[in-house]
Amino acid sequence: MTTVTTPAAGPGTAAGGKSASTKKRRRRRVKGNRATPYLMLLLAIILELLVHIIPMITGVWMSLRGLTQFYIRNWSAAPFVGLGNFRVTLDFNSPIGGNLAHSLGVTAGYSALTVGFCWLFGITAGVLLQRPFRGRGLLRTVFLAPYALPAYAAVITWSFMLQRDTGAVNHVLVDELHLFHSRPFWLIGGNSFVSLVVVSVWRTWPFALLVLTAGLQTIPGELYEAAAMDGAGFMRQLRSITLPMLRPVNQVLLLVLFLWSFNDFNTPYVLFGSAAPHAADLISIHIYQSSFVTWNFGLGSAMSVLLLLFLLVVTAVYLYATSRRRNDA
Amino acid sequence: MSPRRFGLLAAAALLVAPALIGCSDNGSSDGGSTTLTYWASNQGSSLDNDKQVLQPELDKFKQQTGITVKLEVIGWPDLLNRILAATTSGEGPDVLNIGNTWSATLQATGALLPFDDATMSAIGGKDRFLAGSLSATGAPGKPPTAVPIYSLAYGLYYNKKMFAAAGIANPPATWSELVTDAKKLTHGNQWGLALEAGNPTENSHHAFAFSEQYGGSWFDSAGKPTFDTDANVAALKRYIDFMATDKIVNPSDVQYTNNTSITDFATGKAAMILWQAADSGIKTHGMNPDDYGVAPVPFEDPAPAGGKHVNSMVAGINMAVFSNTKHKDAALKFVKFMTSDAEQMTLNKTYASLPTVQGAYSDPAFQTATVKMYQQVLSSTAAPLPAVPEESQFETLVGGAMKDLFAEAASGKAVTDADIKSKLTAAQQQVKAGG
Repeated sequence: MTTVTTPAAGPGTAAGGKSASTKKRRRRRVKGNRATPYLMLLLAIILELLVHIIPMITGVWMSLRGLTQFYIRNWSAAPFVGLGNFRVTLDFNSPIGGNLAHSLGVTAGYSALTVGFCWLFGITAGVLLQRPFRGRGLLRTVFLAPYALPAYAAVITWSFMLQRDTGAVNHVLVDELHLFHSRPFWLIGGNSFVSLVVVSVWRTWPFALLVLTAGLQTIPGELYEAAAMDGAGFMRQLRSITLPMLRPVNQVLLLVLFLWSFNDFNTPYVLFGSAAPHAADLISIHIYQSSFVTWNFGLGSAMSVLLLLFLLVVTAVYLYATSRRRNDA
Repeated sequence: MSPRRFGLLAAAALLVAPALIGCSDNGSSDGGSTTLTYWASNQGSSLDNDKQVLQPELDKFKQQTGITVKLEVIGWPDLLNRILAATTSGEGPDVLNIGNTWSATLQATGALLPFDDATMSAIGGKDRFLAGSLSATGAPGKPPTAVPIYSLAYGLYYNKKMFAAAGIANPPATWSELVTDAKKLTHGNQWGLALEAGNPTENSHHAFAFSEQYGGSWFDSAGKPTFDTDANVAALKRYIDFMATDKIVNPSDVQYTNNTSITDFATGKAAMILWQAADSGIKTHGMNPDDYGVAPVPFEDPAPAGGKHVNSMVAGINMAVFSNTKHKDAALKFVKFMTSDAEQMTLNKTYASLPTVQGAYSDPAFQTATVKMYQQVLSSTAAPLPAVPEESQFETLVGGAMKDLFAEAASGKAVTDADIKSKLTAAQQQVKAGG
């Protein structure tokens, strides 16, 4: 197995106190079995092809076809329409393009709010739970519960609670607290967006807590002791130690939260069914409706391809910007 | 063998293997006995109720022919998607139920076996069926791809006790009478009328009947959508105004999707509903059959220019055979069995629907006033939904737009002609982009 592990070991470790002769011998053995690492990667590459690359290529292929109900039995017979689907999708003055633009806007807002609140709650709870105290384990478990629940079970419970006449939310807000004169709707109209964000934050913030807790545990305690000796208060410690030390964790966490919320399908689908209200028309539900409900898979694929490109660009720009800032620091 | 060659071979083997495995699991007949898979639609009060109703009949079929039928009951919200997936993959049931309004759409996909003359005679001939029910089995001029199994029409269900208490002698025959009556019946926790406003399919069925009465149509003779005409706008406005301006419908109805209107009617929260074959659902919630009556759906009076005397769609369920079936003969035998006079009597009696074959009407159960009323509707004032491939898009897009409009009405916003028109224009453009 040494032959396999050697290429993985970086030059930093190899340059230590190794004599020249061992280095030479090892390199010769590696050369002899040059194909072995590739062979071992083969399975992964094939699976990657099957699971990711081929479906993506199929999606791109579908987006160039007029794949409607007349051709779903025999996809290859669907006529080639070139960039027609993309033209319809990107014409923002037409209802289809206009609705897509609206949906993108809604999704961006939803994503920003979800990521923001999840991170805020995660870091607050993470810092407060950093020092040991009685009941810390219990609190952590309770906080993580929403994340451990199956998405469907959790969200359907919310949808019961948000019903207008029989839901617990209106019972508390209207009957007990008398905050509203008439019972508001939570699952239709403008309020549906608020409901969606609340449910999504409730479901996702424990993940932020989990990741940030792990990150906090890697910060050496001596740093805080030294800071305390220098007279730094809680806020100063947070600003000068905790947050800078968490930067690599945050970089990944924010990206993952963004991608998850931007692509979120489960929460809106279980909350609203296949016909989401206009104010909460997230992009993934929108694409689902454009393809499955209207039987136009070519158009749905074109939207998916555009979404893929958009997320790729955002991710690339984000990674470029954050890693450069870290190098500057 | 060089490692490289070996790698290529291994890759090829891995890529091909799933395809080979996929090919081998198709045969479902074992040792001479045939097994059919049957997707039944939800006709009873629940999916389990359907299983209890259908299983004894399937056992009877097995006794007669030796063919086993594997039953799966699929709820309405999932059925079209399941059929779509089956069509796309080619792996589906042998026999299935479809909503009769989907006939033309599914016919266009080629997923269903056409009932040409030879196939028709294999199940006993075309003439056994009622002409009205047969009118909703596919596009005109093409062999139908399904045969009718349960026939339905819309009726007005009204609570006799509430009507008596409000001093109303007869069920309303016009929409203005309905509004007047419903206003008297709306007080406290009780509403004059319940609508399934959150369900696009239900909405679209009413959109069809109202549009007919207002002289509109959803598709022209060439099959092109004509959604945003003034007649259609006026028709939808009449329907949505029951909630928006007449205030005879509980705004909460906009969230109703799972037959909640029937629950409201049966539990005394609403005095009227517009429904098809609601009896078994009403019974489940414990309402006495003597406490309600069924009348024809009202008309607009005076009739608007060009308005037709239509108050219901030709509703119903069709039975179809999946093109990819490996057991065509057995499947046709099963279709013949399910549409036989005896089975039609048993099943339609249980589901409170109407038989689709002439012979079954000799049963006294189909001589009641309600059945006669429905028969009258189906033979004189019902029309089939447009038999065009885009029909299912009409249901989802127009029905969905109506859900949005109801949502606006429910939250107290005024719904104007312009609002309705812009929604319909958008829906129409989506159909065009798809076609």
